[in-house]
Amino acid sequence: METKDRYILQFNSDQEIALETKQLKIFYGDYEAISAADLQIPRFKITALIGASGSGKSTFLRSLNRMNDGIANVQGQIWYRDLDLNTKQIDVYAMRRQIGMVFQRPNPFPKSIYENITFALERHGITDKKQLKERVETALKQAALWDEVKDKLNKSALALSGGQAQRLCIARAIALQPDILLLDEPASALDPISTAQLEETLINLKEHYTIVIVTHNLPQAARISDYTAHFSQGTVIEFNDTKDMFTQPKVALTNEYISGDFG
Amino acid sequence: MNAKRNDKIATGLLYTIAGIVILILVLLLGFIIIRGLPQLSWSFLTSPSKAFSSGGGIGIQLFNSLYLLILTMLISLPIALGASIYLNEYAKPGMITNAVRTMIEILSSLPSVVVGLFGFLLFVVQLNLSFSILSGALALTVFNLPLLTRSIEGSLKAISNDQRNGGLALGISKWETVTKIILPAAVPSIVSGVILSAGRVFGEAAALIYTAGQSAPALNFANWNPFNIDSPINPMRPAETLAVHIWKINSEGIMPDATAVSAGSAAVLIIVVLLFNLLARWLGRALYKCLTAA
Repeated sequence: METKDRYILQFNSDQEIALETKQLKIFYGDYEAISAADLQIPRFKITALIGASGSGKSTFLRSLNRMNDGIANVQGQIWYRDLDLNTKQIDVYAMRRQIGMVFQRPNPFPKSIYENITFALERHGITDKKQLKERVETALKQAALWDEVKDKLNKSALALSGGQAQRLCIARAIALQPDILLLDEPASALDPISTAQLEETLINLKEHYTIVIVTHNLPQAARISDYTAHFSQGTVIEFNDTKDMFTQPKVALTNEYISGDFG
Repeated sequence: MNAKRNDKIATGLLYTIAGIVILILVLLLGFIIIRGLPQLSWSFLTSPSKAFSSGGGIGIQLFNSLYLLILTMLISLPIALGASIYLNEYAKPGMITNAVRTMIEILSSLPSVVVGLFGFLLFVVQLNLSFSILSGALALTVFNLPLLTRSIEGSLKAISNDQRNGGLALGISKWETVTKIILPAAVPSIVSGVILSAGRVFGEAAALIYTAGQSAPALNFANWNPFNIDSPINPMRPAETLAVHIWKINSEGIMPDATAVSAGSAAVLIIVVLLFNLLARWLGRALYKCLTAA
């Protein structure tokens, strides 16, 4: 099989792009964690970021909504709706309302389930009780958690199981009705059943949201994502349609990684 | 089998050490309470002390201790809260932050008698506040501030970074993440820390001898005008506290029942500190339940 060093899929103009990085470089001190990553994130699709530990995929993800501010030095451009997010003028708090994030470990706030969702909404100026209630219900339904918690919305979110807590965190993020949802290994702390539920939730969500997910679980990437980017040593070495990538990888390193010969 | 035997020996040793610690504590507490408890009565707790005749109480000293404690907390808590929020949430690691932390640590190991003399020179003499509750409260603030700051900083540090990320990722500002998520989550442990430090402040004598003074002038509990000299809430009056009272009657008390008064005062002091500790636990737990809807 003929292989290349790098293969990055370029989208046709009919595919809407939600987010695009250009020459994104990320430094921790002198250490270059990401060297020149160019990636287009298609809208209303699930894009999986895969790669060995330390390949920079989480660092890359966290820089997309500026969660690396003050931790790493991010250079280059992140284009979102004709705006370069990686500039001083950007109001990061307003931006994160559009680009939400869910983390590896479920991190519900020590508040009730209801307040976990309304908290950010209220901070962003939604105070009408009826509207809040609707938002909570919609978000919980979209996150496939409503049936399990509808009778205990005023109970502490800390009493939820890991899988439920993670879906609450997703509900909390989508209650803000963001454009893009960034997920950093959201299922890595969950058991297989919760993971399956979470994956189903994500597949249903892509109708309304653009999802970028970092995962170590290759079958998971293959199951749920439309596109996959393979990170290796701080750069994207292959980005392609998920089916194509997992059946006919174009880069030798990707072939080694997905067939388990590496890392 | 050697590992098993060693483990048994080690376990036995640790149990013995723990037992010794508990024994010392029980003996000490038991001694103070058994000696002091018979002296306690409502009139002992409420009547003023007598310098030359027997039958004096500790009413004013007890009130002074509590009032001084409240005043100290009113001054030191906001400062400690601000300092610890700054140190834990905002300060960037570096020379200055390290210097501040080192200074707080040095300050917290300062002997309280040194704090008292410093308070005497600065508040009593230089600022002309004379022997007063205010001077005492300021000296106790110097004594309490570093301990409280460290304790609150510890409470904030114990809140997982996941919570901070969670707030920021929802587009909530750092200030609101700190005040609306991190602080409420830390409140139970902060309250426990505050009450425990209140216990230390309550029992402090050396820092007060030269600042709040050693006399307990008669108070008129019907007079709540803070500017009257016999008003209980006048912060400019000298005020001997319970701990100072114990120190004083043991060193120069000439009332016939000095031993009994001292024993009774010590028991009251211990019991109040004990109550503070129990309150700290109960309130911490209750607040956690209340704030987290658990």
